Amino acid sequence: MNYEQSITELALADERYVIMTAENRALIRNIPNNPLLVNRFIDTGITEQTMIGMAAGLALRGRVPIVHALAAFLTMRAFEFIRTDVGIANLPVKLTGFIPGFLSDGNGPTHQAIEDVSIMRGIPGMHVFAPADEEDMLLMLPEIWHSKAPSYTRANLIKPLYQHDKNFTIGKSEVVAEGTTVTFLTYGMLFNQVFEARQLLEQQGLSVGLVNMRCLKPVDEEVILKVARESDLIVTVEDHFKIGGLFSIVAEVLLNHQQLANVQSLSLNERWFKPGRLADVLGNEGFTPEKIAVQTMNMLETRQHVNTLTTSTH
Amino acid sequence: MTHNELKELALKVRENIVRLSTDGGCFTGASLSCADLFVFLYSRFLSVSPENLEDPNRDYLFLSKGHDVPALYGLFAEIGFIEKSRLDNHLKTSDSIYWHPNTKIPGVEFHSGSLGHLPSVAMGVALDCKWKNQTNKVVVVTGDGELNEGSVWEAALVAAAYKLDNLIWIVDRNYFQANVATEELIPLNSIKEKFETFGWNAVDVDGHDFEKLDDTFSTLPLGNKKPTIVVAHTVRGKGLPSIERRADRWFCNFTHEEVNALLEELHENKMAELNSETLVVR
Repeated sequence: MNYEQSITELALADERYVIMTAENRALIRNIPNNPLLVNRFIDTGITEQTMIGMAAGLALRGRVPIVHALAAFLTMRAFEFIRTDVGIANLPVKLTGFIPGFLSDGNGPTHQAIEDVSIMRGIPGMHVFAPADEEDMLLMLPEIWHSKAPSYTRANLIKPLYQHDKNFTIGKSEVVAEGTTVTFLTYGMLFNQVFEARQLLEQQGLSVGLVNMRCLKPVDEEVILKVARESDLIVTVEDHFKIGGLFSIVAEVLLNHQQLANVQSLSLNERWFKPGRLADVLGNEGFTPEKIAVQTMNMLETRQHVNTLTTSTH
Repeated sequence: MTHNELKELALKVRENIVRLSTDGGCFTGASLSCADLFVFLYSRFLSVSPENLEDPNRDYLFLSKGHDVPALYGLFAEIGFIEKSRLDNHLKTSDSIYWHPNTKIPGVEFHSGSLGHLPSVAMGVALDCKWKNQTNKVVVVTGDGELNEGSVWEAALVAAAYKLDNLIWIVDRNYFQANVATEELIPLNSIKEKFETFGWNAVDVDGHDFEKLDDTFSTLPLGNKKPTIVVAHTVRGKGLPSIERRADRWFCNFTHEEVNALLEELHENKMAELNSETLVVR
């Protein structure tokens, strides 16, 4: 099963579904040739705004449009149409953003959707999903597509390292491991890197937790609060600007519940990333398993040092 | 309805617009330019009424130039979509009668206010109607200044590509945008020719002449594999010579005395004396 087979199965079973793209067919390349679906396939050309407006009009008539475009242009070029036509009317339009975050690899900053989580979750009623890999995405999609809510999904075709919990529920994260020293909260394509970083740290004898924050809105507050209680350090890891993404989400949850925690962020702080092949990008930006592990060790040592200082002054 | 009856209805709509132009005010000038169009469309052209608002076979009208909503509500109050007394709730948070349309008001198909949005929304509806082999019409009304927006031209390309021949786009061509004349800022002439080169049926009409509107709308080439645009030439402030074609009378917030004088002016008495603020921008 892949994305295209999943959307085909869905649309064949229910004629409310309409498949749209602003001339990006990467995820749906065979749909235009499917005689059973060609009448529910709309390519508006390179017109993200018009695609969203039409999707809203189709949704007014009871359709459920699943729309596709590069994540950067979908969420930013068409932002005001998403906010105004889909958001205000709370219409069930399903947005799929292709090559979000680091997945835009060699394209350069024009194509880097690294504020998409921030701006999409700012729309009232909009759900935001960031599956860890292709398998995670495929097990999440049916629930996302059957929901009545408008939503944005970061498409992710990365092959899985981990067998995910098939019981996906909107609003719930996936606890991969619990840990008392440090717990990673991450989402999207960085999941695999963090998964391996966790193994490296466990080999050092640390107790390391890992949560797949596959659903960023509505967010799993319960898990964030639990991790904050049980783990000495939380590290949020994301291919997103530091402002507005998971680090901000965690801060908001802790503040709303008046809970203290030591939270550190591995993210893109006030900068776009240097384009290149994905593996090189991850290395250059410090997001390989080794670099994540080393940065985490440094955070823990700093914390240890601070703790020692604090203790000695008492 | 006879043309005289249409004129009488349009006069009532204009009275409503003038009454909404105080205690906070509204977009008086722009609303007056399309009052006759709305009267014509809802009385003679569109198959939509308070009784069939949920019927998927009804005709649709999408008002993209949302600031003209006093003309729409002014008409809705006269033809039974809303109680006339609701107009007294203008700008009260207890109701939803504010400066731009919203779907809390029966008959409003979609909210607007941000320009250049509803052509594409109407296209989505038109496409679905075609898929279901329905024969209903989908109308979208934009301003002329609104044609500055790039999304409008995207929509013009895509509607032609998808052969939306059940879509009728009406431009309220009043030659003003906010407090500037369109041709002095971003010249638009000729709108008809621009859309023709985009593959549309295009026609010019006098947007205040019910006879000509009848002739034009009864002979639109609907169903010929092309979308249709009607450029309705209008006068901003139409019906009130004291504000007609005045760049500085877009949004108006008149005193009660001025409203009374303007109501008299509508009935062809003497010109009202206006001292309230001009060039108001909202």
